Amino acid sequence: MKKILEVDNVSISFGGLLAVNQVSLHQNKGEILALIGPNGAGKTTLFNLLTGVYQPTSGKIIFAGEEINHYKPHERVKKGIARTFQNIRLFPTMTVLENVLIAHPDCNSETVIPAVFGRKKLAQRRRTVVEECEEILSIVGLQDKLEELATNLPYGKQRLLEIARALATKPSLLLLDEPGAGMNSVEKEELTNLIYYISREMEKDVLLIEHDMKFVMNISERIIVLDHGEKIAEGNAQEIQSNPKVIEAYLGRGNFDDEE
Amino acid sequence: MFTQQIINGLTMGSIYALIALGYTMVYGILRIVNFAHGDIFMMGTFFGLLLTQKFRFPFPLALILAAIFTALLGMLVERVAYRALRLSDRLVLLISALGVSIFLSNFAQLVWGTETHPFPSGLSVKSFQVGTVTLSNIQVYILILSCLLMIALHVFVHKTKMGVAMRATSHSINNARLMGINTDSIISMTFAVGSILAAVAGILVGIYYDAVYPTMGYTAGLKAFTAAVLGGIGNIPGAMLGGVVLGVVESLGAAYISSGYRDAFAFGIMIIVLIFRPSGLLGKKQQEKV
Amino acid sequence: MIQLKLSKNILKLIGAVVLLLLPLLVTNSYFIHIFISIGLYIILSLSLNLVTGFTGQLALGHAAFYGIGAYTSALLLLRFNVSYWLALVLSAVITGIFGFLLGLPALRLKGDYLGIVTLGFGEIVRLVFVNWYSLTRGPLGLPGIPAPKIGPYIFDSRIPFYYLIFGLAAFTVFFMHRLVNSGVGMAMITVKEDEIAAESIGIYPIKYKLLAFSLGAAFAGIAGSFYASYISFISPDTFLYMDSVTILAMVVLGGLGSIPGSIIGATVLVIVPELLRFMTNYRMLLYGALMVFMMIYRPQGFWGANKRVRNSYKIGIRGVSNEKDIRG
Repeated sequence: MKKILEVDNVSISFGGLLAVNQVSLHQNKGEILALIGPNGAGKTTLFNLLTGVYQPTSGKIIFAGEEINHYKPHERVKKGIARTFQNIRLFPTMTVLENVLIAHPDCNSETVIPAVFGRKKLAQRRRTVVEECEEILSIVGLQDKLEELATNLPYGKQRLLEIARALATKPSLLLLDEPGAGMNSVEKEELTNLIYYISREMEKDVLLIEHDMKFVMNISERIIVLDHGEKIAEGNAQEIQSNPKVIEAYLGRGNFDDEE
Repeated sequence: MFTQQIINGLTMGSIYALIALGYTMVYGILRIVNFAHGDIFMMGTFFGLLLTQKFRFPFPLALILAAIFTALLGMLVERVAYRALRLSDRLVLLISALGVSIFLSNFAQLVWGTETHPFPSGLSVKSFQVGTVTLSNIQVYILILSCLLMIALHVFVHKTKMGVAMRATSHSINNARLMGINTDSIISMTFAVGSILAAVAGILVGIYYDAVYPTMGYTAGLKAFTAAVLGGIGNIPGAMLGGVVLGVVESLGAAYISSGYRDAFAFGIMIIVLIFRPSGLLGKKQQEKV
Repeated sequence: MIQLKLSKNILKLIGAVVLLLLPLLVTNSYFIHIFISIGLYIILSLSLNLVTGFTGQLALGHAAFYGIGAYTSALLLLRFNVSYWLALVLSAVITGIFGFLLGLPALRLKGDYLGIVTLGFGEIVRLVFVNWYSLTRGPLGLPGIPAPKIGPYIFDSRIPFYYLIFGLAAFTVFFMHRLVNSGVGMAMITVKEDEIAAESIGIYPIKYKLLAFSLGAAFAGIAGSFYASYISFISPDTFLYMDSVTILAMVVLGGLGSIPGSIIGATVLVIVPELLRFMTNYRMLLYGALMVFMMIYRPQGFWGANKRVRNSYKIGIRGVSNEKDIRG
């Protein structure tokens, strides 16, 4: 199987505290991979390392065969990595459609002179952008909310909008940070279908962090468990559920499906 | 010459430090730059002038009364222009502060005219020679009085109940409230203390230069803010250090490089500090959480 | 819906015709001067709005750019005898470069701190105007700045200046309108709202901050160049901190991040002080009080960004818009 992403012995420390310690993992092409672990295990930190918000203290991150450590966050997006945030970060005063439009590479790469003085060609280009973005919004089920301000959407729909925004960047790898947090069971069901669709039909690789074990076990083909910044287990749902290290990591600290 | 400039620099520096304390204390608690602080300083000076000239109060009494009036003014400004906006966007608060600043400086122009008033202190100016250095008694008073005030402030903040509550509020306004501290009155008190220091600084500088005018708050305020930033905004010893460093650098720059660009040194330092060490000389670094 | 749009366009057309014929209707040259001032401040407030309102970078030294533009233009005209039109373009370019330079600190600073640095920059620029005597004649200023010429025609009254500022302001409105509704403008808004989120979708915040500062400064430079030739005299006193504050007040009272807001803000704040002339002494006082009052009771300004047309990126595309799309 082809590896799309490789994390090679990556560590980062904040003021002496090792938030991620010598973690190595990989993601195969076409796979839905889940990252789980108790609170403070370093999952979101790992996302921030992958997207370039943080620089690793040591180790290499390889994406599509190329080491990407030195790329800035916005450059990694162009390479094909997109993400959502655990604490939703939409653009609140922009509409649903605008939130997605501005993520589209043909929209956010406009330059001043053509943007101000352009006519036919510009309109042509923008038409394609708008059509593609509206299509993405209909995939996540927000096609009726185009003019709504992002901030006025209910919580669950804001999560969907973040996914749509990430998709608009035309990624090959999609990082979802707790996409189901705050959703009810019906919404989670729909989310599961959406993630399947993104993986199977849109052929994106999906790496997700999630706390809801039922959801994770159900959707992911492979699971990696982090605890205290270290990788403690890796395998499919059954292997993980019966792994004594994993059980200890969770039981040692309380609830299995602990919310952050 | 060099020692002379150091002395002059220290004199102005201690004035800057007194004003800077007002900026830094308010910033420490509310995380806002009180743009009107320079004008509160100016108003304090005019109060002092009014009390000594028109009402013929003896100087020490006039100083105390002026400080009290200025404290009330500072509290009023907080109540009217800032309290309702505490949770608003920073920019909104800033504009409100600018509004207060414009209001006060024009109020002063309206009442006292745009001209520069002399500030006869009733003290006879005596200069004495120490080696090659000339020192005036006013400079000595300024240095002594500002040292005393800074010590008093230190004691107030560390040893009194009110001071401890103030520090608690500056750590976290919400936690302080949960601990049963009346944060509104603490904030009010912070403005009062800052305004008192500014009024004293204003009266001292008024006497030192024998000049009081409505726009004096602008440059002084900007420089005092520079001092606060230089020391690390929100940090009380930092403001004192920043004021003194700024005063000395400015004085040396004006003497040895160019007097026309005197103010430019202060602003230049401020820009450089903010860009390369925004936490100042004594401040701590902060990182945004993702 | 379509009717609404039509009547809006008709309104715009009538407005434009009235403004074009204005010098024929209004012969009092004092009123023409007021209209010229409004045009000048529309350019200034729109240029600052791009930086502060759309990109979210607080700038308190905008008058410095206005001043740099004015001095650049005046010196080019007086010392090098260039054509006014070349001076106009060059002062936009040179002021834009200064804007870029001031934008550099913006990359490391936010909010109040950035405001103070830009304020300090403004002061330093003013001190340079005052102290660089051999270039600027210091506080004496530069008199006798020549008026623009088109062929043999010299701008010898306020009327041609009115048309010039009308053209410049109209161009600025057009430029800003197209820009903020484009991908470039939306990217600027994302930088204002959440830099980390902006980076997560491939936007490089640094690029847009520098762009906003450069463009904002360039347009302020255009205003400065116009002012220099219109008044024919400039001195450091014209470009003070208070002028920066006035421009900021126009932007904020009009509505941050709103183009009609800036136009309204500039118009109101030019006219109101004139109306209050009989109480000259009180007008700045009222002005300060008004700023506080507005921030408490109407922080979004006269015409806030919340009134903007939604999804206007899409509306601009001919052929795509069907009836359903033309809303708002």
